[in-house]
Amino acid sequence: MFRTIFSHVGEYKKQAILTPVAIIGEVVMEVTIPLVMAKIIDNGIKQNNIGYVAGMGALMVAMALLSLFFGAIAGRLGAVAGMGFAKNIRGALFRKVQDFSFSNVDKFSTASLTTRLTTDVTNLQNAFMMLIRGAFRSPIMLVSATIMAVCVNPKLSIVFLFAIPVLGISIFFIATKAFPRFEKMLSQYDTMNGMVQENLTGIRVVKAFAREDYETKRFSETSDGVRRAQVFAEKLIILNMPIMQLVMYGSICAILWFGGNMAVDGDILTGQLSSFIMYVGQILISLMMLSMLFIMFVISRASMQRVYEILSEEPAIADPEGASVMPEDGSISFRNVSFSYFGDMKNLALENISLDIKSGETIGIIGGTGSSKSTLVQLIPRLYDTSEGTVLVGGHDVREYQLETLRDQVAMVLQKNVLFSGTIKDNLKWGNGDASDEEIIEACRSACAHDFIMGFPDGYDTYLGQGGVNVSGGQKQRLCIARALLKKPRIIILDDSTSAVDTATDSSIRKAFREKLADTTTIIIAQRISSVMDADRIIVMDGGEINGIGTHEELMRSNEIYREVYDSQQKGADE
Amino acid sequence: MPPKKNMMPMQKPEQVFGTFKRIFSYMYGFKLHLVIVVIGIVISSAAGIAGNYMLKPLIDNIEESLKTGKWDKSGFVGIIAVIAGIYILGCISAYLYQRIMLKVSTEALMRIRNDLFSKMEMLPIRYFDKHTHGELMSLYTNDTDVIREMLSNSVAHFISSAITIVGVFTAMLIYSWQLTIIVVVMFILIIRVIGFIGSRSGKGFIAQQKAIGDVNGYIEEMIDGQKVVKVFNHEDEAVAEFDKLNEHLCEVSTRAHTFANILMPIMNNLSYLHYAATAIAGGIMVVKGIGNLTVGTVVSYLQFTRQFSQPITQISQQMNAVLTALAGAERIFRVIDEEPEADEGYVTLVSADIAPDGTITEAAERTGKWAWRHPHKADSTVTYTEVRGKVEFDDVVFGYEPEKTVLNGISLYAHPGQKIAFVGSTGAGKTTITNLVNRFYDVPDGKIRYDGININKIRKKDLRRSQSIVLQDTHLFTGTVMDNIRYGKLDATDEEVFAAARLANADHFIRHLENGYNTMLTADGGNLSQGQRQLLSIARAAIADPPVLILDEATSSIDTRTEALIEKGMDSLMEGRTVFVIAHRLSTVRNSHAIMVLEQGRIIERGSHRELIDLRGKYFQLYTGMFELS
Repeated sequence: MFRTIFSHVGEYKKQAILTPVAIIGEVVMEVTIPLVMAKIIDNGIKQNNIGYVAGMGALMVAMALLSLFFGAIAGRLGAVAGMGFAKNIRGALFRKVQDFSFSNVDKFSTASLTTRLTTDVTNLQNAFMMLIRGAFRSPIMLVSATIMAVCVNPKLSIVFLFAIPVLGISIFFIATKAFPRFEKMLSQYDTMNGMVQENLTGIRVVKAFAREDYETKRFSETSDGVRRAQVFAEKLIILNMPIMQLVMYGSICAILWFGGNMAVDGDILTGQLSSFIMYVGQILISLMMLSMLFIMFVISRASMQRVYEILSEEPAIADPEGASVMPEDGSISFRNVSFSYFGDMKNLALENISLDIKSGETIGIIGGTGSSKSTLVQLIPRLYDTSEGTVLVGGHDVREYQLETLRDQVAMVLQKNVLFSGTIKDNLKWGNGDASDEEIIEACRSACAHDFIMGFPDGYDTYLGQGGVNVSGGQKQRLCIARALLKKPRIIILDDSTSAVDTATDSSIRKAFREKLADTTTIIIAQRISSVMDADRIIVMDGGEINGIGTHEELMRSNEIYREVYDSQQKGADE
Repeated sequence: MPPKKNMMPMQKPEQVFGTFKRIFSYMYGFKLHLVIVVIGIVISSAAGIAGNYMLKPLIDNIEESLKTGKWDKSGFVGIIAVIAGIYILGCISAYLYQRIMLKVSTEALMRIRNDLFSKMEMLPIRYFDKHTHGELMSLYTNDTDVIREMLSNSVAHFISSAITIVGVFTAMLIYSWQLTIIVVVMFILIIRVIGFIGSRSGKGFIAQQKAIGDVNGYIEEMIDGQKVVKVFNHEDEAVAEFDKLNEHLCEVSTRAHTFANILMPIMNNLSYLHYAATAIAGGIMVVKGIGNLTVGTVVSYLQFTRQFSQPITQISQQMNAVLTALAGAERIFRVIDEEPEADEGYVTLVSADIAPDGTITEAAERTGKWAWRHPHKADSTVTYTEVRGKVEFDDVVFGYEPEKTVLNGISLYAHPGQKIAFVGSTGAGKTTITNLVNRFYDVPDGKIRYDGININKIRKKDLRRSQSIVLQDTHLFTGTVMDNIRYGKLDATDEEVFAAARLANADHFIRHLENGYNTMLTADGGNLSQGQRQLLSIARAAIADPPVLILDEATSSIDTRTEALIEKGMDSLMEGRTVFVIAHRLSTVRNSHAIMVLEQGRIIERGSHRELIDLRGKYFQLYTGMFELS
């Protein structure tokens, strides 16, 4: 996991490596400065040697400047590497998601994908920057400060022999103990946020049932849960500070005590004593930093895991090796096709479907909720792969096509369709980036969208918010149809795409299809019989199987389900 | 450690002190705690200073013995004992104040969250029309997080840093006012540096904030439309646009972080410069005998110079955090201060006993009969009206925005038990009418009457309890199937839940779920089909057993065959209730008592199906449009 993630440092490797190098420089300066300080006190001030003080002072200034130089370099490099790493990871994730097939997206859910690409990447970025700057700094500081202390006075440095393990063990103990508690706290947070989200989307339901008080009570329970989890987790962490102070102060007292005794005997100089105290600070603070890094690392591990899951996900559908074939016409064949969303043969959404659709034919599909109408058509542009059997488009197995070729030929208007922020024209151009204005208007006329578009003050340049918020459901569907038409495909599939369009408009759209797209194979999934009854053939789906195929008249005679549906919609019309 | 904040933008709160005071007002009941906390902070930071302060007598003691050869050992022991005592006291108070503050701050935060949530629940629907979910969500996540950070860290650091600065400065002054001149010079220098770098990194972070917003917004939009991207082979374009945004973000944030990263080494090394300057000056003074400076003084003094710059950096960093937190708090308080859904209603819903002669008396327990309790202020009497579900509209004019009316003079009359249908194209005002019946939006007095009572006089909660609504966008809650149906009547027995499910024809599919009625539903009921979710929401409405039922495109996601199957259930659900139906599919509305055809906020045709067909008007066109494909 770490290797995969950190391989995305990529072109910022140089900076990522140089950061610790610069930090080493900074640390070396930092640990030698107290030595110079001791000299200033012992050889300078106490000996009344101003020249020495000035000389050493100048040396110290030079060292400080050098340390500053290294520090600044490290800061800059760290920022470049950290941000560059985040950029690469983000880019890699985004590209990966673009490669995902529908089944990959279904697996993660769009909400989770979004969180992983935003929050988790930011977490990772912060952790990484802390890591390259801190993970080297603290241990180097720890080691070199200890060495310096030993050099100054080996006997006195025995104090560290006690202090470091005591602090190290207690910090480790706290950190490992705290981790599961933090995980619990985070999941409590998730629960709470989930509740808020739910109340936001369902506010009308809450209000309609007058459940405001009930929800508030439920929330305050969750909120209290968060509070308790916080206290439970953090009461351990706040132990860190006093313990470290205790150890540090304890060491200082011990050093003062032993050091004082030694100083009286002349075994140590007072300046050395004070530099010793500075080393205590440096050593223990770097230990402290290490523990914080550890916690940070552990916490970011969850994010890392979630990011890794995406990076390591295999796209379920990939382009075939070698040259692509081109479709010969707009025909479609299903040969013994079975399909399951979960990849097991027990939970079949489609069972043993065989079907031939001629090029240029108009096919209607009717069936109840959950009868797998959408599933059937999604196999045609290879949005999913079959579990068994083959789907042929234009005379070739869909798996022989480059995905781009196939999907250029098969336009599909999805049931849950989306418009993007941008002008209406921008959105339409998704179908064909080079489309001329005439072509665009032509497509919109066919989709009965031209008139309402011209009704907007800005016409085709009307700006749509994210998700196409400023057009109605029916208008949105018509725009989506126009967008698909612009592809000039051989096959067009409308998956319940006119459900929000009134019947009259619906019929004029179909009329336009008949007249202008006579050569295009058209598949229409609909709830309304009226939307499909004039199709060349109508397929009745039931429970993942084809229950009947035929014209309206044939099905009215022979198919019970079809007749039922027809009756349910038509009842009363002839009264 | 709290969940890491994504960024540290510099945001300016509008009212620093007011907001601060308000946050602290949430710590009611913790006055004593807070006093202890402040004392704890003072002691622990004082301990740090005092410890250093005691270095001087200690070193002087040693130097004295070196000079004279006679060691005042008891003095030495005494000093060390004092230092140890001070430190222990410091540690204990540091722990104590943090522990207490943890309790206080988490409690205060919980109160703020609860306030925010209960307020949110009371906001009018209009508010949710104007604000995005993301906007409100971030109040619970980012904004509370920063307040938390401020309460648990920044405030304490702030106080202790301030104390340290003042304390150290005082101690320095006491030791040597001459050397303190250097301190003042350094102080000014430090402030300048912080100001210089701080403002640059601040600007950088604001830019980063915006860039992150752009990138995340783009990610959200593209992932949401991922399937469309695939269908249109638009992957490469999406990646190209993304790369542009991502590259920009990288540039901006590198800049911001560079400044932030450089601040620490600069501050650190400035203090070394300070140290060197002090050492030289101090050395000269000791030698020249200026100001009676001893070596011990210089040593302590040098320790102090190290202690001096750190809290200044600390404060400048905390300042950022505090300002961000205050800005976040202001956003939260702005919502808490929003005008709640206005409700001057005083007519309430009560369980009633209805005597054979029609007299109504209030009942203590649920009787299944309901009445409006209508107190009259003028003569302080109370009258009761049976809840029957009679609804009248009298020339209602309404617009979501004042200048754009959606309904232009709607008058209608629904007798108890009648089924009234609204048909018309999107935007004709169908849903708006139902939004007025349950007072999601308010109209002027007297325009809508419910059982003869001015709807604005009825308490909103009670009004809504007397109605059930099934929307096109079903919304289910996290919980079991059972919980979700019970949402309509919280004290319903299991039997009642089963009955409601059977009524809605949902019982069959529920029993086929993995855990039947105890199947957990995810946030948006994702493990059920749209149609199944709709059936659950019908069951939820059924269990509430209200006199008025609103079906807003309730069956449009259910295919007609399934609809035919639940028709019986729907019929028995609608029986004896006043029902408002909005439907796209005209087959659904055929058997209504009255059908209103709406166009641009006006009722252009009204009557029974038969009558409207005979009228050969708009309804006829719409209706026959299904079969005559011209």
